[in-house]
Amino acid sequence: MAADSGKLKEVRLRAPVDPAALGELRIGEVVYLDGVVYTAREGVYKKVVEEGCDLPLDLAALSNVNFHCSPAATVNDDGGYTMGAVSATASFRFSKWIERWFDISGAKMIIGKGGMSAADYRRCFVPRGAVYLTTVGYGTGALLGRGVKRVREVHWIRELGIAHALWVLEVEKFGPFIVESDVEGNSLFDRENAKIAKGLPDLYRDSKPAILGRYGETDDRSDEVI
Amino acid sequence: MIPIKTVEEVAENLMERAAIDIPEDYLGGLEEMAEREEGELASFVIRAMIENYRAASDDRRAMCGDTGVPRWYVKMGNEAAVEDGPVGLEGALRRATAQATAAVPLRPNRVHPLWRTDHGNNVGINAPEIEYAYEPDGAWIDLTAVHKGGLFGTDYRMLFPGDGIDGIRRFLIDSLVAFGRRGLACQPAIIGIGLGGSKDICMVLGKQAACLRIVGDRNPDPRIAELELELTELGNSIGMGAMGFAGNSMVIDCHIEAGYCHTGAMPMSVHAFCLASRRATARIQPDGSVCLRTDPQWFTPYKRRETVEWQPTAEN
Ligand code: SF4
Repeated sequence: MAADSGKLKEVRLRAPVDPAALGELRIGEVVYLDGVVYTAREGVYKKVVEEGCDLPLDLAALSNVNFHCSPAATVNDDGGYTMGAVSATASFRFSKWIERWFDISGAKMIIGKGGMSAADYRRCFVPRGAVYLTTVGYGTGALLGRGVKRVREVHWIRELGIAHALWVLEVEKFGPFIVESDVEGNSLFDRENAKIAKGLPDLYRDSKPAILGRYGETDDRSDEVI
Repeated sequence: MIPIKTVEEVAENLMERAAIDIPEDYLGGLEEMAEREEGELASFVIRAMIENYRAASDDRRAMCGDTGVPRWYVKMGNEAAVEDGPVGLEGALRRATAQATAAVPLRPNRVHPLWRTDHGNNVGINAPEIEYAYEPDGAWIDLTAVHKGGLFGTDYRMLFPGDGIDGIRRFLIDSLVAFGRRGLACQPAIIGIGLGGSKDICMVLGKQAACLRIVGDRNPDPRIAELELELTELGNSIGMGAMGFAGNSMVIDCHIEAGYCHTGAMPMSVHAFCLASRRATARIQPDGSVCLRTDPQWFTPYKRRETVEWQPTAEN
């Protein structure tokens, strides 16, 4: 059973995702996926984007959904895999590789933790019709683990380790995810940050800066530190 | 003599329980929060988390894919003796950590900071951390496994007496606002605050306050207890909820631990025990009998003693 989405709109999509269907997604909608997704994060990005290594498989033919994730998995003695919980890792750290990665991989959907910056959406996502989905919580590892039906292939597990390897996963009712950035580059986190920022001056009104300051400190609490 | 084989078996079991079963006190706190939260998105997130804990327990699957960093808290009664001694005990805890990593499975998270060497078992140089405490009576040993998540949400600052309680409030809001955005701290969290001590102890106390005290527990100093409640409310009045969405679900509970510090200083540390608040405790008796629980009972009157000599009646 998935959590009741309440008043939020719920959408179910097939992966690889149809670019036309992505145009329909709006920020704040709840998404579940069926089909094939793969994991790639800094280990894979460094190898492919920086070192120019060829991808070990025809990724574009397989899926266009890149999950910023490292599964809790073990390699069994028979060469199979036991997949436990599955959680996303914070995506903003991958900004420097993402544009080239889009071009090499043909990805149209990034799933991760915490979103990327509005500038990244404008510069890299919007021109390619790509969207960003965030995991929920972010600790819904057991629910996501349940959604993984089979490990189809794993690459670079020896060089990169379990966390950074490229896992190709067959999934069913995989989610929930929330649309953080749509094809126009609107960002749900930006919208929510703006709502919260309105209340901050009141929160800080009677408080004085600490006696000992710190280099690089900002006093504008509508700034983000990432 | 506490049998070493029992220590290892119990430790492996605790690793699994911590990873899979959310402690009752945290779940209760989150369920209360689910009722109060009015933000649609934030409330959806909390309901999904509650669903997730159920899936974890039903499937015997880790609740979060990110193992965090598994660590150990060991407490011994003054008369406790472990077969093979302290070195044997540490060996058993390291073996249990490695075995549970493969058996549960848990994601191997521990790497060398520079060379990124990964043994694939959550064991390495100074990992897992093992911290010790002692109690005046008893021949038992308490083991607590904590899988502490969160790259984000922790901060330390040297405050001064002149900063006062206001300075404490401000630094807490600073930390919550900075790391709560986008839900980087994976809130709602149990916030632990270390006040005083030297820098290292300030950090240690804050982390222990977050990870080793249960939701609803209050500091025995009534004025600190009051501050804990005030800061919980303050955190929930930022306007931010789960995942940094508009709402009021930020802090499930706030725990403060104090340590005497330099007369000119008032250092403060902030720690967040995230949505995967993973802890499990067991007491092992010399006859090998084992009693499991989720309350580590780490902070006792003895642990918080203030005088040169331990005076149980005066301090109880
Ligand atoms: S902070 Fe906690 S809930 Fe969030 S990903 Fe890490 S372990 Fe999981």
